[in-house]
Amino acid sequence: MSKVKIATCSLAGCFGCHMSFMDIDERLLELAEVADFDRSPLSDIRQIGSCDIGLVEGGVCNAENVEVLRAFRRNCRILVAVGACAINGGIPALRNRYDLGDCLEEAFLTGLGVTDPKVPGDPELPLLLDKVHPIHEVVKIDYFIPGCPPSAEAIWTALSALTSGNIPQLSHQRIRYD
Amino acid sequence: MPSFALDGQEIVFKPGQTILEASIAAGHYIPHLCWHPKLSPHGSCKLCTVQVNGRLCSACTFPAADGQEVISASEELRQLRLRLTQMLFVEGNHFCPSCEASGQCELQAMGYYLGMTDGHFPHFFPRREIDASHPEVLLDRDRCIFCELCVRASRAEGKNVFELAGRGIHTRLVVNSPSGRLGDSALQAQDLAARVCPVGAIVLKETAFRVPIGRRRYDHKTIAEVSLEQEAPLVRAHWQEANHE
Repeated sequence: MSKVKIATCSLAGCFGCHMSFMDIDERLLELAEVADFDRSPLSDIRQIGSCDIGLVEGGVCNAENVEVLRAFRRNCRILVAVGACAINGGIPALRNRYDLGDCLEEAFLTGLGVTDPKVPGDPELPLLLDKVHPIHEVVKIDYFIPGCPPSAEAIWTALSALTSGNIPQLSHQRIRYD
Repeated sequence: MPSFALDGQEIVFKPGQTILEASIAAGHYIPHLCWHPKLSPHGSCKLCTVQVNGRLCSACTFPAADGQEVISASEELRQLRLRLTQMLFVEGNHFCPSCEASGQCELQAMGYYLGMTDGHFPHFFPRREIDASHPEVLLDRDRCIFCELCVRASRAEGKNVFELAGRGIHTRLVVNSPSGRLGDSALQAQDLAARVCPVGAIVLKETAFRVPIGRRRYDHKTIAEVSLEQEAPLVRAHWQEANHE
């Protein structure tokens, strides 16, 4: 049987969901028996290829996030939103109540402790969106694993169901939003 | 004694009880958010929607009657309650990881109970005002679900501190004081109105994060278990008192 191909990425997230994923500990070896990693911080592959499962951490806060998310959707048979930020914008979406210009001004010009005040404008920096969005507002998402981060148990439950061709189902104890 | 059937189980009730009161008193949970055993029912959250003889009704306002066939635990109703809960989440700003009510919040616990893993709908991200003017109570409107429990509690306490203003998506919780600020109102921390909020909209200051993760109300128990433990005795006591009078 050929191995399942998995890609992962972090958009507007903190990599906490990836850390929690690592917390499946020795079950990573079990996973490695049935799955290979495509684009992921674990593999250092930069461009996503054709995959079976994509795990997306983080919401969408800039133009690059949109591009990466769309590439994941094009290339992944099953796309999974992992964690609070992917599902509802999470902590980065707390900026949605403020004007983006005001945020940049406070962070880079007038805020406490700012030296050499200047809003970063390097053309390599992706443009910020005016609001942070959950990923299901940009592409279709097949499954959701909530939590900040989701527990290793929740991630393992969902992932082992998916790698064996089943629908992930989280019990009451595995569904957490914090 | 008159009785009705809830999901095929006989529930004996006292005349005057609603379907929700009778069910909870008998140890059978029906999901609800805007109902509290000590306050008059409101029928607005619709989480307690059940089928009574084939028709959809709010169990918290619908009177129990002899011989009713009531269905609550169907997949159809779980789906309906799930969508209602998701709408409550996307219409406000509910960021559980940074909320001091997390783990103690009825909206969150309802999401867990209904198997909610996402918000389904596009998020509104509304702009709402926080009122931190009261020395002991914080009003964070981002988390308000317009259940009116605080409104009813304050009315029952004779203070009328809270009211809902506006309509539809413009509905907002307002404060009855000359300045419109909570600090200038008659609210006190020991009032039921300051403690009845099912979410994190009205919270007592200097109490946040006192209960560690793992020991919070809904860390190990479902909202159904907590409701039957805490609300069922209140309903039974209320109806024993009513009978005595």
